[in-house]
Amino acid sequence: MTQLSITSLSKSYGSFKVFDGLNLEAKAGEIVVIFGGSGTGKTILLRLIAGVEEPSSGVIAIGGHDVSDIAPEHRGVGMAFQNFALFPHLSAAENIATPLRAAGAAEDKVKAGVAKVAKLLKIDHVLTHAPRELSNGQKQRTALARALAAEPQILLLDDPLRNVDAKLRFEMRLELPRLLRQSGATVLYVTQDYKEAMALADRIAVLAGGKFVQTASPEDIYMRPATLGVARLFGDPSINTAETVVEAEGNGVHVTLGGTKVPVAPAYKAHAGRAVTFGVRPEAVDVSGPSGLGAEVVAVTPLNERTVLLLQTPSGWEFLASLPSSAAAIPEPGAKVFARFGEAGTHIFDRQTGERLHG
Amino acid sequence: MDHTSTFEKTLRGVLITLVLVFFLFPIVWIFLMSLQTNETILRIPPSLAFTPIIDNYTALITGQLRTAAGSLQLNFMQNMFNSVLLSVCSVALSLVLGVPAAYAFARFKFRLGEDIAFTLLSFRFAPALLVLLPLSLYFKSLGLTNTYVGLIWVYQLICLPLILWIVRGYFEDISPDIEHAYRIAGNSWWKTFTRISIPLAKPGIAAAGLLAFIFAWNNFVFALILASADKQPVTVGALAFVTASGIQYGQIAAAIIISITPTLALALYAQRYLVEGLSMGAVKG
Repeated sequence: MTQLSITSLSKSYGSFKVFDGLNLEAKAGEIVVIFGGSGTGKTILLRLIAGVEEPSSGVIAIGGHDVSDIAPEHRGVGMAFQNFALFPHLSAAENIATPLRAAGAAEDKVKAGVAKVAKLLKIDHVLTHAPRELSNGQKQRTALARALAAEPQILLLDDPLRNVDAKLRFEMRLELPRLLRQSGATVLYVTQDYKEAMALADRIAVLAGGKFVQTASPEDIYMRPATLGVARLFGDPSINTAETVVEAEGNGVHVTLGGTKVPVAPAYKAHAGRAVTFGVRPEAVDVSGPSGLGAEVVAVTPLNERTVLLLQTPSGWEFLASLPSSAAAIPEPGAKVFARFGEAGTHIFDRQTGERLHG
Repeated sequence: MDHTSTFEKTLRGVLITLVLVFFLFPIVWIFLMSLQTNETILRIPPSLAFTPIIDNYTALITGQLRTAAGSLQLNFMQNMFNSVLLSVCSVALSLVLGVPAAYAFARFKFRLGEDIAFTLLSFRFAPALLVLLPLSLYFKSLGLTNTYVGLIWVYQLICLPLILWIVRGYFEDISPDIEHAYRIAGNSWWKTFTRISIPLAKPGIAAAGLLAFIFAWNNFVFALILASADKQPVTVGALAFVTASGIQYGQIAAAIIISITPTLALALYAQRYLVEGLSMGAVKG
């Protein structure tokens, strides 16, 4: 069942268009991550859904009903803000109790509700504290608890992990999916951290240039990015690119990288002669073989459990390869290697439109 | 952090003492004057040695002023009552009008908003005497001369801009997200205003109210021109001590002490509201 639907939603401030003609549907209980860089209007989208700002045009429907004329307090949504937005003059418990009290729940129901959600979020020991006495992590959990307390049908989470430290962010990334599933709410989760998006989402909607450029499952977004832009946003280190042309020769199809012909899937034959951007994910670069694109290792950098090599072809194209740190042989700087590109991590994009060509 | 030398500490102490002496000396001197007769006040050279008397205070409170030329009726306590009534009512009215207006100016963009806010501020630019002449004519034709209502209305010129502009700044400092969060939690606009915005702006409202009260209390010319003796506040009433037989320094001093007491008490009381809450940090900075 469609819980939330957004139809040709536009918002502009004066002549500045934030976004134009957004469409999105979310099923009951689904977690949709709105992903995009700063200033793409992710937060504004949540505000429009919550009703604290009005769209310039378009329709937002919750549970099948147009909510244009419904005040924020009657929309039945819960929202956690990036800056927490706790009420500074109320204790953590009273902060969490706000939506329950507003709904007119009896005192014992309020107490039970607060206790339940506080226990779930492990903040039951700081309930009597004022917001200023809480650590950032506790503030963030209090804000989340407040959003969850009244068990809203729609939960809007605006980059809730933005302002917490790296360790807690990692923990919460593991905990949140379970928590959000338990709540049963339809969740719209805003973030600009692709790992967070991949970890939490049923579907990711990538917002860029005022539009959803791709709305798909995390695997699809990563394995089959719709555009070069999307491919660049997901992945660390990000995708290697080179501008080249697709060429067909006999039965084979290849692109030329740094003077060397690199074969690509035969299916790209249809695009022969087209100016393209060749993209290959660093994880898909294999440097263990005896043949391929000749390159010299310029630098070797450990990155978490992987090791990143900076490679340079004789013609000067620099690209990255990311190997598991446990790989049998990690080349030293100065070593000459031959790179081959795995098909799954190789994409070819139209140079003009940036759209991925289907091979 | 603690690396101030003994010299710095001493210097700081001396400087603070100097400042305190400089600012408090007039008040102490007036307090001493209020306990003396005109003769001991005016003797030359002045001396700190005198026998304190409370005649000045009793004269003010009973309303009987005995001078060398004979007994004189005083209505200082009436003036005092007028001062309290005028200041309290005008500040109260200003708060009722000014706080919601300040919220509107802080939160909503509307046509001519800035111009209206600036016009209200400009009431403080014009010298009071400039507006008093036309105002007294209007008051005569409206029948507002020598009424409390008229004076409280005119006092809005003093209180309203002050409250509006100070409180507006405090409202602007409250993150709109806090208000949004309260509304999304299921509360109406009005509830959000009264339960979130006003409590959070309380230090500002207290500060503005206190300042407005002090300005209203100290006002002189409005009541001098627009009211007669029975409606005038202490500032104007003090003129009565300039009598035919000379200036009653002792009584003036006592009157000053009595008349600064309410504002002083109010300031001390309001102090905690001014400090409290300014450091409330629930929004990540």
